[in-house]
Amino acid sequence: MSDTHFLEVKNLEISANISMPGEKPKKLTLVDDISFNLKRGEVLGLIGESGAGKSTIGLAAMSYGRPGCLISGGSIKIEGKDILAMSHKEVNEVRGTRIAYVAQSAAASFNPAHRIDDQVIEVALAHKLMSKSEALNYAKVLYEKLGLPEPETFGRRYPHQVSGGQLQRAMTVMALCAKPDLIVFDEPTTALDVTTQIEVLATIKIAIDDTGVAGLYITHDLAVVAQVSDHIMVLRQGKMVEYGTTDQIINHAREKYTQDLVSIRAMNKPEQAEPDSPAILQVKNIDAAYDGVNKILNDVTLQLHAGQTLSIVGESGSGKSTLARVITGLLPQMGGDIIFNGKTLSSALKNRDKEQLRDLQMIYQMADVAMNPRHTIGQIIGRPLEFYFGIKGAENRRKTIALLEQIELGEKYIDRYPAELSGGQKQRVCIARALAAKPSLIICDEVTSALDPLVADGILQLLMDLQQKHDIAYLFITHDLATVQAISDTIAVMYKGELVRFGQKSAVLAPPFDDYTDMLLSSVPKMELGWLERVLATRKMSSADN
Amino acid sequence: MISKILHNITTHLSWGARIGSFCLVVFALSAAFAPFVAPFDPHEIVGDVWEPVSLNFLLGTDQLGRDILSRLVHGARNTFFIAGAATLLSFFMGTFLGFLAAVSGGKIDQLLSRANDLMMAIPTLIFALVVLSVLPANMFVLIVVMGVLDSTRVFRLSRAVAVDIVVMDYVEAARLRGEGTIWIIFREILPNALSPLFAEFGLRFAFAVLFLSTLSFLGLGIQPPDADWGSMVKENKDGIVFGIPAALIPAAAIAILTISINLVVDSILSRTSSLKGGR
Repeated sequence: MSDTHFLEVKNLEISANISMPGEKPKKLTLVDDISFNLKRGEVLGLIGESGAGKSTIGLAAMSYGRPGCLISGGSIKIEGKDILAMSHKEVNEVRGTRIAYVAQSAAASFNPAHRIDDQVIEVALAHKLMSKSEALNYAKVLYEKLGLPEPETFGRRYPHQVSGGQLQRAMTVMALCAKPDLIVFDEPTTALDVTTQIEVLATIKIAIDDTGVAGLYITHDLAVVAQVSDHIMVLRQGKMVEYGTTDQIINHAREKYTQDLVSIRAMNKPEQAEPDSPAILQVKNIDAAYDGVNKILNDVTLQLHAGQTLSIVGESGSGKSTLARVITGLLPQMGGDIIFNGKTLSSALKNRDKEQLRDLQMIYQMADVAMNPRHTIGQIIGRPLEFYFGIKGAENRRKTIALLEQIELGEKYIDRYPAELSGGQKQRVCIARALAAKPSLIICDEVTSALDPLVADGILQLLMDLQQKHDIAYLFITHDLATVQAISDTIAVMYKGELVRFGQKSAVLAPPFDDYTDMLLSSVPKMELGWLERVLATRKMSSADN
Repeated sequence: MISKILHNITTHLSWGARIGSFCLVVFALSAAFAPFVAPFDPHEIVGDVWEPVSLNFLLGTDQLGRDILSRLVHGARNTFFIAGAATLLSFFMGTFLGFLAAVSGGKIDQLLSRANDLMMAIPTLIFALVVLSVLPANMFVLIVVMGVLDSTRVFRLSRAVAVDIVVMDYVEAARLRGEGTIWIIFREILPNALSPLFAEFGLRFAFAVLFLSTLSFLGLGIQPPDADWGSMVKENKDGIVFGIPAALIPAAAIAILTISINLVVDSILSRTSSLKGGR
């Protein structure tokens, strides 16, 4: 059996019909001329930025098109049978039993009202593959195999009673439970912290090795896919860019686009020495809580010098964003002081004067919601100029255009609305808005995590250029250690609301490590083959998630 | 430019909405040019009591022998003006207070919301009847009473809409910039709340027409000899016993107006809430 191809996709074309009111319906090709084969026990990684058609291909392998999408050409064969030609009933038979699907957000895919067990064995029962007790027993075996805690009782919990990483693994169990031949993994680790991601990745690898299923692994992270797949297909705008073995793609990429993806994050800012001058921002012994009782931040002390970059890293729930809210005044602290430009900042936003507000700007993670969709780009960038400096009319427009040029967008964007811009352009506009206030400190809250890697790289480059030009200090909040290495002067590592490690970049990233920093650093996927196995063999502690 | 926009609007409307807007335009124009459109003086007795439809009296005559078409056309002025003014008043009050409650939060929100609940707890019609029977009966009082009572519904809606918008990052960004409450209400929230509010405005206007008609029917709205559509139903209601359909004509006018507004609003709502071009 192993020499035949289990899944054969030939010249697949998927299109969508778009009809806007008042316009003629037009056909849009989402996926164009994609062909690949997959054997049992093999994993193919599909990689590309958003809009590349990865998920659409993954779903098409199950003969499923999202509403509005149409599989308009080519063939998809499973063991020689064309599933596109099958009847609805036959397709249903194939789904679940032969092919299973693991979605990106397990939290959204589990029904919160049912126990995990019931949902995991549902498919096996629905297709009458095994009896209920057999299915439950098999589920327990799988829980144990995939390293879930207390496999005997794990399934009796409800989805909200387990962590995100565990739920993602439970979803893998769900997919495996009906003993399928092919599993489609659609960005299974994207929503997880690096420290959790590595455990889910290990699980997926074990699952594939043990059961011998074929896998289709969809992700935008080349380093991740390099760990689990045998072949990789690079996609861009619905077209295939490059297709080869993992080794070929990672080590000997032929196409320029693939090479860019591989070599990303080569940027490395030379570290500035700690100056003698007093710090521009000093955070002293900050405690904070949302309900006044459960401390989210516990005794955090750090400082940042003018024109430098301080990165705060940690997994989700470590209190990074809360710290930003305290510094900006959105969340008054319970104790401690914030000293900015030599003056103690009032804990409440309304007691801070305009000059203090101007000097401290913020850039958000989601540029989509950080800009009023009803304002033009000109209004968005022009408002701080008018508000802080009283610049109006033609002068305001001139300065706005100058700012647009600084963010490499130019005058033609001034009368557009945010909805007309791409994700990267929106984030640039947010940067220009912050820049318009001429601040000495900008807080960047996960500014690149919603962007595709190449776009994110451009944003970071821009931020660094602006820092050079205007001597702005950045407080950079992120969970992405590659970004941290690329841009920081100083680094603060946070874990469960406490500062674990703080200092110059070279000192923080050099051994000897404390256990948490060691785990965090070792969890970042590297673009090498066999990295996952090496790391798993040498780990000291597990993440807070477990 | 303007013709292009008009063309844009008309080509995007559904058939129902086109019929609705046609009726609305006819009503509005005949009300605006009432003295020229109406064949007779609305207060003059021109024929027998309850004459049937004829070439002379296109919609017949009423219980005193006045021409119903003329009274309908003149009555539309009262109906449109009072309902329109009351709806506008309720929207200015309701949205401003609703947004204020949402933006301020805390005690101000509680105070405004609970006061609003208190108002809503009393049935609107009974409240209006009590207030109007105490106050002098004139148009200004009528508009204010209707507007204030209706603003409770608008308050609810606008607060609910605004609460969703207030948590967006761009409102937070405006707060961090140091913007005042008024700026946040009018520049950040209002533009993004317009679609649902506009749809609600149409519906509220239809309800205001019905409410005014009800009040007039009960004798607390427009006072004779002036007429609005509700009071015309009242004046002619006794004819129904004798099989005379005079009361049904103003009633039908009210129904057509209400349905037309709904058709137009529905169409606008489905357009503005669509994925692109909306918001």
